[in-house]
Amino acid sequence: MASTTIAAKPRRPSSLKRFFRSFLLLRESKVGMIGAGLVLFWVLIALLAPILAPYSPTANFIREKAPFSTFYVTPDTLVDGKAAADVCTPVTEGEQAGNFDCGTFWLGTDLRGRDTLSRIMYGAQQVLLFAPIATLCAYLVGIPMGLLAGYRRGRIDDFLSFVSNVILSFPVLVLYILIITTFGASGINIIFAVVFASSPGVFRIVRGLALDLRTREYVYAAETRGESLWYILIVEILPNARGPLIVDAMLRLGYVSITIGTLGFLGLGLPPPTPDWGQMIAQGREVIQTAPYIALFPCLAISSLVLGFNLLADGLREVSLRD
Amino acid sequence: MARFQEGWTGPVLECRNLCISYVTRAADIPAVVDFNLTLNKGETVGLVGESGCGKSTVAMAIMQYMGHNGRISGGQVLYKGVDLATLTPEQLRSLRGNEIAMVYQEPMASLNPAMRCGEQLIEVPMFHEGVGAAEARERAVQMLADVKLPDPERVMNSYPHQISGGQQQRVVIAMALLSKPSLLLLDEPTTALDVTVEAGIVELIAELAGRFDTSMIYISHNLGLILDTCDRICVMYSGSVVEEGTVAEVFDHMRHPYTQGLFGCIPLPTADKDARPLVAIRGQLPLPHERPPGCSYGPRCDHFQQGRCDVPPLPMLPVTGETGHEVRCVRWDEIAAPDYSGKGTSEERTFGPPVLSIDRMKKYYELKDSSLKAMIKGKTVRHVKANESITFEARVAETVAIVGESGCGKSTFAKVLMGLETATEGKVEFRGKDIGGLPVQKRKNEDVRAMQMIFQNPFDTLNPSHTVGGQLGRVIRKFGGIAGGENVRKRVLDLLDIVKLPADFYYRRPRQLSGGQKQRVGIARAFAGNPSLVVADEPVSALDVSVAAAVTGLLMEIQREYRTTLLFISHDLSLVRYLADRVVVMYLGHIVEQGTTDEVFSPPYHPYTEALLSAVPIADTSIEKKRIILEGNLPSVINPPIGCPFHTRCHRKIGKICEDVRPPQIEAGDGHIIACHISLADLQAVEPVIVQKPRVDAAE
Amino acid sequence: MLLFIVRRIGSMLLVMVTVSLLVFVALEATPGQVATKVLGPYSSQEQRDIWMEKNGYNAPLHERYVGWLGNFFTGDFGESIRFKTPVSKVLWPRLANTGILAAFTMILVVPISLGFGVLAGMREGSRLDRSISLLSIGTTSVPEMASAPIIAAIFVSWLGLLPGTSGFNGGFSIAELVMPVMVLVLYDFGYVTRMTRASMAEVMQTHYIRTAVLKGLPYKRVILKHALRNALIAPFTVIMLQVNWLLSGVIVTEFFFAYKGFGALLLEAALNGDIFVIEACAMIAVFVSVMTQTLSDIGYTYLNPRIRFS
Repeated sequence: MASTTIAAKPRRPSSLKRFFRSFLLLRESKVGMIGAGLVLFWVLIALLAPILAPYSPTANFIREKAPFSTFYVTPDTLVDGKAAADVCTPVTEGEQAGNFDCGTFWLGTDLRGRDTLSRIMYGAQQVLLFAPIATLCAYLVGIPMGLLAGYRRGRIDDFLSFVSNVILSFPVLVLYILIITTFGASGINIIFAVVFASSPGVFRIVRGLALDLRTREYVYAAETRGESLWYILIVEILPNARGPLIVDAMLRLGYVSITIGTLGFLGLGLPPPTPDWGQMIAQGREVIQTAPYIALFPCLAISSLVLGFNLLADGLREVSLRD
Repeated sequence: MARFQEGWTGPVLECRNLCISYVTRAADIPAVVDFNLTLNKGETVGLVGESGCGKSTVAMAIMQYMGHNGRISGGQVLYKGVDLATLTPEQLRSLRGNEIAMVYQEPMASLNPAMRCGEQLIEVPMFHEGVGAAEARERAVQMLADVKLPDPERVMNSYPHQISGGQQQRVVIAMALLSKPSLLLLDEPTTALDVTVEAGIVELIAELAGRFDTSMIYISHNLGLILDTCDRICVMYSGSVVEEGTVAEVFDHMRHPYTQGLFGCIPLPTADKDARPLVAIRGQLPLPHERPPGCSYGPRCDHFQQGRCDVPPLPMLPVTGETGHEVRCVRWDEIAAPDYSGKGTSEERTFGPPVLSIDRMKKYYELKDSSLKAMIKGKTVRHVKANESITFEARVAETVAIVGESGCGKSTFAKVLMGLETATEGKVEFRGKDIGGLPVQKRKNEDVRAMQMIFQNPFDTLNPSHTVGGQLGRVIRKFGGIAGGENVRKRVLDLLDIVKLPADFYYRRPRQLSGGQKQRVGIARAFAGNPSLVVADEPVSALDVSVAAAVTGLLMEIQREYRTTLLFISHDLSLVRYLADRVVVMYLGHIVEQGTTDEVFSPPYHPYTEALLSAVPIADTSIEKKRIILEGNLPSVINPPIGCPFHTRCHRKIGKICEDVRPPQIEAGDGHIIACHISLADLQAVEPVIVQKPRVDAAE
Repeated sequence: MLLFIVRRIGSMLLVMVTVSLLVFVALEATPGQVATKVLGPYSSQEQRDIWMEKNGYNAPLHERYVGWLGNFFTGDFGESIRFKTPVSKVLWPRLANTGILAAFTMILVVPISLGFGVLAGMREGSRLDRSISLLSIGTTSVPEMASAPIIAAIFVSWLGLLPGTSGFNGGFSIAELVMPVMVLVLYDFGYVTRMTRASMAEVMQTHYIRTAVLKGLPYKRVILKHALRNALIAPFTVIMLQVNWLLSGVIVTEFFFAYKGFGALLLEAALNGDIFVIEACAMIAVFVSVMTQTLSDIGYTYLNPRIRFS
């Protein structure tokens, strides 16, 4: 049975094409496409904020003209009660403070006379920077531990599962409050808190998948070849867990966005004047009866972003179940 | 309540030109085309075919239950003369489970896990006949006794998971029979069961058919079972019936090339590889939307003739001289009956020195028992005795089969060999080194290379995330002593060629491969490092017969070529007879008998071997079998019987000695060992289980 | 079964002890900081030393921990820095308020989401299913901090139907409860509905449902008797675990509506460094959540005959 001929050299299909094709699958799900559109919209806004935003997010204005009368906030309502002239900042040099026509504020201004539209745009940058980084870190911690626990079982699993149970037994916000009050509020600490609080969730999912995949015969085959532990975990098991993990990652991104917003809302987030959706809502809360739109627009912003992630997750799940 | 169509004397069921299709996003896929069947009162018809031929679809269409995307696209299903499609949902409901009942493939899945068996049984008379709970219960208990379940009261109060698979299937059968249906559909009712359990169920079905005067449709992929249970048979291929007739006619004078091919693929426990080599059907079953015009078997048929076979329509043609025997082949009278007798050129096989010798190997698992009772007794650690005192040898180029039903310890044994578990006691000598205590990580790369494995399930033997080439390349790099991308690649292509797969499979991913192709890659992977011993764990049991024949042939060919020792783990005695040189029969972790294939397959037998042999369904009308039905369930390995492991179910138990004393190893011949208390002379006096009658040709 | 319960309670205690250790170390590891928090940033070193001496803060960490834990068991949570009263005095009324909020939420969430979930999962892919699924995705996408302003804007500024805050300043009032409950229900509803739907849809696909249908049982019986029994096992756990999420949501909602509950107390304490209140609140929150987890585990095994009888 000598090798007769190795006739046609097989050609390798481009992996780029395969990647592209798997993305095209999402087209089959209307819901998924809407989700992808929403997320893409916010990503573009965040990237182009410096170009798109009409004003600096931290510049304070007194608005004299507004597109809608209800969008008008008089200087009297300013919380810190500073004189109008101190707060208004000209956009171009040479113009006099105080009588400067600040132009149009499409979504109105907040209590300090800062343009809401610009703050939402720059706020998107904050969310879309911190949420993915934090989620990624949570996966980097949760995946190896979950793989190890699910594949090895036994004592290491007992230990890791116990640790994750302890962390998960805290209501999430209580945990955040504890971490932030202990370590203080800063970007790094927020990421740390998110990783600490969500990696047990990632751990659980990965562990469950690994528990299932470890019984597959290809894993058995790798074991009988005497492959190393990490080869089996990373090469044999992990790639086959990617479907559910990608779906979970989308859901988790949405949830982490909510968390970051909530921390800002509760006054535990990034220190002001960084534009932050949660903070904007908290500020609007104080005048919700007289000027509800101040809170409303950031509410819509965060909700639509989270909706985007959730719909994307749902679409991906739908597509992955099909074939 | 009056029965449906009281006094009807015509056929119970008639399918007229039935066409069933599935609606998918792309198109309508015709699953069954032009299906005709007439079933008379009290008659049993077998539907046989390989997976994907549409046989289960027919059953679901008769039930009018095809899911949201299936529909009857043409023809009619007439039950007692009434078209089922014209019934209202309410009328249909009163037929289902009452007039037409069904028994399913997986008993565990078809019973509700959250309801007691009794509750599920009494529903049937309560809803169909409006009887009270007490009477329904009485009837259910009676029916459970009728299907020969010991202790029906206990079964009534059990949840499905608390009884064994065979008992579950009896409950499902009882449920189907409770309303005395006129038509019973059996969809692969024994496929999920062990062979000895299967024998009991088959016997029960055959008996019930006579007693309740029920017409039955028996769906199976196993021709032997059809022979045991049916009056008539329909052979299906790719969505249509290709041959129909009485069992005797079709089995003895099959006309359609596919039927002939199917028979050629089945190993028989009466013949080995030299007497009757398996002939695989070439090619693959076409996908429903890629069927060729005319005969869908055309591309795989040796008798294909252009201009005749590829011209639709292709009607069922009556076979002259045989009533009711029809065949969908335009050339049926031009084709000669195939000759499956062997060429008689059996080459003498020579075996080398032992590669593997196992000496009193034991494998116990520790099981922590944390029940309150155990804690009080202070016995919190119990042992699962998976393997008990295993002793045998395998020589160079020899095929040793390990036979046994599920739970006999054969898979554990494979794990110990491969080093995924370590032996508790005893020796496992491989190429002169004791490796029984060494886990695979501690074995030398050379020893790991020399022993490789082929797995059972084609669907997860290959990693779906990596290409075929990548997976084979990994093994070669690890074991082949070949370095450098181009050299490895060349070797992978060589391997693909050896397992008869085209080179462009290199970049394919497992999901683009059929089951048989995956199994071939699995074989290539096992042989990639030139091993001296290959352990094959049920390598073809999940494949269709025609594919299995090809894969079996390939495996034997490669083994012969490289003089590899093959440990073939299987539950299929026919297949074992076909390819093994020596056989080891296991029961509950013990070896009960071992010897050459001829020795094991003829008396003296161990009583368990005898029962196993009698349970094998054989698709040959000229064979007469002794019927031995094993009673009871497989005992638990946590608490195995003292004495002989088989005594609880043995039909030849001689007395107290069987219960108390481990049986001696009787030497019945050179290397033929039987572990039994019965004297050798008595065992030798047992007649053979399988007897070949001289073929009586009724036609001549 | 009994042993399982005993073991489950044992592991619950182990988790609680670990959590208490974490909380204690996080907040009281350095006595100097505790003294500063209690006496204020302008206290002198001498004053702090005296305070630490008096309150036993010079003892080693593990001794202090044991003492602290002992006090906890007797209901002595220390004295609130801000309110200058024993923590328990502030805590219990607040906890009762939150209990009311949570109870109303659960009473609404459970039947609504189970009903919707079962309806959707019963016929997977139907229009009803798709509408319910979209609705539930929609509501889970609006976090409490966003739904609260939206609801307040609608009912307070726009319709003028409801009072804007829920401080119970004029005594208990149902009207003031409406919005907080609505916010919590809206967020939790989506999740439980989706879980119920998934579980129901999975059960409807099983072979035993096919058996039940082909047995000729009426559809109602197939659903009520055969499907629900299995389909509601998973949502039971989800609902129990939802308590954990509810506790998070409670913090945001109470803060937004100035509801005098336990969540708002925890948040105020955190913002003011009122460490003994933080400790007490955190421990109680964890206790409630661990307790429900344990109950859900025990309930799950009880509901599932496959586990109960094996």
